[in-house]
Amino acid sequence: MSININPSSNTVLQLANISLSFGGVKALTNISFDVREHEIRSIIGPNGAGKSSMLNVINGVYHPQAGDIYFRGEKRKQMNPAEAARQGIARTFQNIALFKGMTVLDNIMTGRNTQMKSGFISNAIWVGKARNEEELNRHKVEEVIDFLEIQHIRKTPVGKLPYGLQKRVELARALAAEPSLLLLDEPMAGMNVEEKQDMCRFILEVNQQYGVTIVLIEHDMGVVMDISDRVVVLDYGKKIGDGLPDEVKNNPEVISAYLGTNH
Amino acid sequence: MTKVVKTLTFPKLLLEHAKAIPKRPAYREKYLGIWQVTSWEDNLKEIKQLACGLASLGFKRGMNLAIIGDNRPKLYQAMVAAQCLGGIPVPLYQDAVAAEMIHVLNDAAISFAIVEDQEQVDKLLEIKDQAPVLSTIIYEDPKGLNDYVQSYLHSYKQIQLLGKTFSDEHPEFFITELEKGKATDLSVILYTSGTTGKPKGVAHTHQNFIRAGQNSSQFDHLNSEDNILAYLPMAWVGDHLFSFAQAMVSGLTVNCPESKETVMSDMREIGPSYYFAPPRIFESLLTQVTIRMEDAGTIKRKLFELAMEHAKKVGSDILDGKPIGLIDRLQYAFYNLTIYAPLRNALGMSKIRVAYTAGEAIGPDLFRFYRSIGVNLKQFYGQTETCAYVCLQPDGQVKYDSVGIAAPGIEIKLADTGEVLVKGVSVMDGYYQRPDATAESIDADGFFHTGDAGIIDKDGHLRIIDRAKDVGKMANGKLFAPKYIENKLKFFPFVKEAVVFGDAKEAIMTFINIDFEAIANWAERRHIAFAGYIDLASKPEVYKMIGECINKVNVDLADDPMLSHAQISRFLVLHKELDPDDDELTRTRKVRRGFIAEKYAPLLDALYSGKSEQFIETKVKFEDGRDGSISATVRIQDASTAMESV
Repeated sequence: MSININPSSNTVLQLANISLSFGGVKALTNISFDVREHEIRSIIGPNGAGKSSMLNVINGVYHPQAGDIYFRGEKRKQMNPAEAARQGIARTFQNIALFKGMTVLDNIMTGRNTQMKSGFISNAIWVGKARNEEELNRHKVEEVIDFLEIQHIRKTPVGKLPYGLQKRVELARALAAEPSLLLLDEPMAGMNVEEKQDMCRFILEVNQQYGVTIVLIEHDMGVVMDISDRVVVLDYGKKIGDGLPDEVKNNPEVISAYLGTNH
Repeated sequence: MTKVVKTLTFPKLLLEHAKAIPKRPAYREKYLGIWQVTSWEDNLKEIKQLACGLASLGFKRGMNLAIIGDNRPKLYQAMVAAQCLGGIPVPLYQDAVAAEMIHVLNDAAISFAIVEDQEQVDKLLEIKDQAPVLSTIIYEDPKGLNDYVQSYLHSYKQIQLLGKTFSDEHPEFFITELEKGKATDLSVILYTSGTTGKPKGVAHTHQNFIRAGQNSSQFDHLNSEDNILAYLPMAWVGDHLFSFAQAMVSGLTVNCPESKETVMSDMREIGPSYYFAPPRIFESLLTQVTIRMEDAGTIKRKLFELAMEHAKKVGSDILDGKPIGLIDRLQYAFYNLTIYAPLRNALGMSKIRVAYTAGEAIGPDLFRFYRSIGVNLKQFYGQTETCAYVCLQPDGQVKYDSVGIAAPGIEIKLADTGEVLVKGVSVMDGYYQRPDATAESIDADGFFHTGDAGIIDKDGHLRIIDRAKDVGKMANGKLFAPKYIENKLKFFPFVKEAVVFGDAKEAIMTFINIDFEAIANWAERRHIAFAGYIDLASKPEVYKMIGECINKVNVDLADDPMLSHAQISRFLVLHKELDPDDDELTRTRKVRRGFIAEKYAPLLDALYSGKSEQFIETKVKFEDGRDGSISATVRIQDASTAMESV
């Protein structure tokens, strides 16, 4: 299958013919799609469709056996998570990956890690550059706290928080890195309706106010169709649909994958 | 002090403070995790820019400015800015839904509104069609408002920039306008909650609030070193007195918490010296303390119990400056070091000089708890129409069941019906554009009719017993104040609701509703087996225990020369919980005495006819909407009445 690769000027990320397998298990087969600047791009699909694998390929946790990734016009065979973070890709995880014993504030501060340049010694004795840097970083973190309305839990250990709030803290940590591309792995899983509404509002505001491009995996179809600009549908590691929410919704292949009639 | 009051306005007070204490903080606001300070000097600058900006958009003398939002320095500044131009700020309840705002916006002919954030902007946009005069909306926090294109929407910053240009072009404008203000101009319109009919605007002059502020500040020796936490609605008269009038008069610092959820931790950080909270907040704080102490280790808990016992014994007296033996004093000092001081610190009350509570009756145990650990908690009394300034409890003369003596500059008296009448510096001129309503509530002698029934004791302390319309007379012509007795009963944790009857009767009877959770817990610890609510409510042990509570209330009533006749003769424990769904309570959980008397007529008759039990079947509405009925044979018991002490 040949894919027409002509990265238009506003394409941030282009995935071309990506294939990923673990031994005999084919997680992703020949997947291609692109992500444009400032859009909300959703990846949907039934369980085991390869959504999280796709996200892991994008920020370099998994290395695909075949295919190319173009990030901001630069071609690379594979990404590396640290490299990805430095280049402005931040993410959240499906099963929250926060430091449970640390406070919300400290957790979010770790998101500033890539911006911290001062050395180990000056940090240890907290003088000069380290001090200014901490103030600046703390200021950024406080802006995120204000934005996500989590002032009241600033000093609370993350492990004590309800699930919905932990998800919000994870988003906060990702935002603290001031990303240009944000990968969200099921940001609304396990949330009640009110928490979902809040989360939707935050995602839209991050997208609109800060112009952050968002790639989103989500199970809640209502949410996906409401907030996405474009949607990719995966099933058994293959792409079965790609387009505007309405197009995807009416795609017969997508419908059958979701209703399970074909399997 | 009184001679300057004749010309004094709030903007003039602002000028005075900016000159006298320019570097003292006027406001602190926690933003981005840091307490950001606005000095009096900067406060003046900010207000000047805003006022000039408003003027350049056409805000003129005599216009009203709506203010909607949580307690924010910028919104308090907006109030003064409006007053500088001769306008009148109208704070609205920030949690009101959009539809509820329509009446106020139209009634006060609001064309300018300054609001806190997107939430409030959205509300105003929703009802803009129904508030035709509203033409300019200014918001403080631009978050989420980037995409709003309406030309009548402006940011607070924008207006201040406009103001800067305007005042550069018209340098004398601000001060000239400010000087034109008179003490008899209206300074604020506060809307009543409108439980009966549409909310009425209560129009106060500068003079009213400045005098109320001055007198009360002197009463409690407030000064520019004091700190208050502003967290109650800005539209509420109490906040306007504490966080606005008193702050503007005495120059104290107003601290605005970061958000509603952080009030308690912000309070610990600030350590206010002057504090107000309604009784329910004091109650929930005490509950938290109790729960945490139950979880504490044995030694700590024991020490805490000993300390509390000692505090109960001498704490209040020490606070009141009464003579106490040396041993007790030393013991108190020891416990203060080990228990009371750390406890006050945990509550954020380390620095409190004066704390007030009001609004509803506060339980004596709750009230004494705070006083006994050294928090100078007092009560006051007042309403929107009187700047919340009628009665105050002076230091050293605090009686838990009174609201204090007539405040300086205030005269109180009782009407024949027992209604409290008020005249003095803080009484409003009238309701805004409602001469009819004004005439109804302020009589020819200038006394404002509060609608509350009270008693003035021999020391001149006022005790509020009930709403005047609920107070009746017993068959022998003596006073019957049901709510007063019900409140006394409800202070017991085992009593959830009480309904007292006796209007035009010879004796007083009561229905008791038990607090199921509390009593179930109590019963379990005593190994009393029970099958459910009805069973528990009819247990002889429960009757005995409730009977003891009632006896205590009777003893209390017997001490009171005015109410010693009104002791409870007989009582029963209701077999079902009173419920708003069954129309027995209002949605705000007030008992509907008349309805209950009708619904449970057989029980009431049985009480008065001296029976010892009565069968009753009652209809109930289940939560899923179905109707059903429950029946029980309710036991009736006599209460022992106490001898009148006088």
